[in-house]
Amino acid sequence: MSNTLDSTAGPQGAEVTTMTLTMHRVSSWLKSPRPYLMLIGFAAVLGFWFLSVEIWKLPRFVDMPGPTEVFSEWFSKDPYYGLSIYTPEYYKHIGISLRRIGFAFLLATGLGVPLGLFLGWSKSFREYIFPLFEVLRPIPVLAWVPLAIIMFAGSETPVIFLTFLASFFATTLNTMLGVESIDESYSRAARCLGANRWQTFRHVVVPGAMPYIFTGLQISIGVAWFSLVAGEMVSGQYGLGYLINTAYMMIEYPKIIIGMITLGIVGYSTSALVRLLGDYLMQWRVRELALGDN
Amino acid sequence: MSTQVKEQSAFSGRDVREQSASEIVATGICKTYGAGPFAKDVVRDCSFTIESNKLTVMIGPSGCGKSTLIQLIAGFETPDQGTITMDGRPITGPGMDRLVLFQESALFPWMTTYDNIMYGPRARGEDTKESAELAEFLLNKVGLEAFRDKYPQQLSGGMQRRAELARAMINKPEVMILDEPFRGLDNMSKELMWEYYAGLYEEDRNTNFFVTTDIDEAIFLADRLLIMTNLPTSTRAVIEIDIPRPRRIEDVVNSSRANEIKKEVMTLLHEEAMKSFSGGSKAAADFLDAYSKRAG
Repeated sequence: MSNTLDSTAGPQGAEVTTMTLTMHRVSSWLKSPRPYLMLIGFAAVLGFWFLSVEIWKLPRFVDMPGPTEVFSEWFSKDPYYGLSIYTPEYYKHIGISLRRIGFAFLLATGLGVPLGLFLGWSKSFREYIFPLFEVLRPIPVLAWVPLAIIMFAGSETPVIFLTFLASFFATTLNTMLGVESIDESYSRAARCLGANRWQTFRHVVVPGAMPYIFTGLQISIGVAWFSLVAGEMVSGQYGLGYLINTAYMMIEYPKIIIGMITLGIVGYSTSALVRLLGDYLMQWRVRELALGDN
Repeated sequence: MSTQVKEQSAFSGRDVREQSASEIVATGICKTYGAGPFAKDVVRDCSFTIESNKLTVMIGPSGCGKSTLIQLIAGFETPDQGTITMDGRPITGPGMDRLVLFQESALFPWMTTYDNIMYGPRARGEDTKESAELAEFLLNKVGLEAFRDKYPQQLSGGMQRRAELARAMINKPEVMILDEPFRGLDNMSKELMWEYYAGLYEEDRNTNFFVTTDIDEAIFLADRLLIMTNLPTSTRAVIEIDIPRPRRIEDVVNSSRANEIKKEVMTLLHEEAMKSFSGGSKAAADFLDAYSKRAG
């Protein structure tokens, strides 16, 4: 019984429709002015960077590496500072950061979503936990750094702990709000139709909170990168934050920019992944929105 | 084709038209929300009967506590005083014997039409071949077979209401309770839904309780009409609507009996609405006074 009910979340033979839907979206996106405006936006920033550093040589930009230097270093087979897309070290930094993010994000999701669901669902449980939660939540991740280093052995655990923290709060809070946002008529309908409390939880509370949960996960993955870089700058070895920080200390400025752009790209990709997972689990919303498009 | 139709009606005869005879009696119920200075009397000494195998329609000024009465009958809340019984047994909580269709569409947005309809049987662990067959039959009956794998947001308002009717009917409730189910539909779909719903009722004649603020809807559908007072709610009048069934919109529009009833109901409701309109304000009361003098 549970199989049939739970399978409603996943696509049932919907691959074809999802595929055509995606194709349709891509083609209409290409026909709209949006991709071209996007290119103009990128070009404007790159242009400003190029002009201010390499042509006008603005006073405060003296030590700033220009785009030519950065990109030739980044794509060089024999990079001057030893870091480019051809060196294994570059991928080691990315890989280690991703591993930390993955670990912390999964931990935060695995603990935050159930906690949020129960906070939203049970009033008495909320009375115990929520005030504590509200006091801990505003403490910035950076304030946790010393304690994290004292509490956890080695250099890896403190970084993962810091990355986990902010993610965990964002996920829990949004999940809780998600449960609170569910229209009471759904639970009433379920109870009227003979569902018990546990069934109502699984079939109404969980799917009903799903849109908020995924908003939470989007925020969570973003703050995870933020905290990761902060953590990597003070503790740990390897990783993109570490790369940026050491490049600064060693006066290898182009590496800073390479690290930053890489962070942007990798961070965006992880967010996109979370969004795709959300679309996959919430077919009903995808269809709804697609319908609105036409 | 014809054999198939026969089969279906035989099927409906066995599974949907099972007659039950359930009566709900409310006696002297009171319900107050809030406490102390914020207490608000919503229902005061209200008694009525939802007779078995009849379509009872309750009409009253909007915001008069009809929805509270539904919560009480459904068993989501309990009255402060008085009793509500079903076939002599007091109502203690929500139960499968009384199915409520709420004002807002409560189809689960994350389930397809078919899964929504099958929800009741599945939740009770009755995901059997019979349930599946009955679901198919009901999908056909409400004309949604082409929409079985669509999500609620992909259906029109009228389709959503029909899907919800099917989701309720599959459980063969003894009493169906409908809280302004057609509110928010455009006039065309609304009239279609009246005829459609009346047809469903005429087929099995189970006990139905229908709440509305729309006079035309009330008169078209009702066997018995309960007219409620303004807050705190109680029963103002009961009118038996003796227009023959099956009813069709044109017949009822042209029927002089229906118009007589309509005038009677309007007079009663108008009085209640005026009380609610003035709401204790001197200016509003003066206006109503002048208004009734001019009208009189």
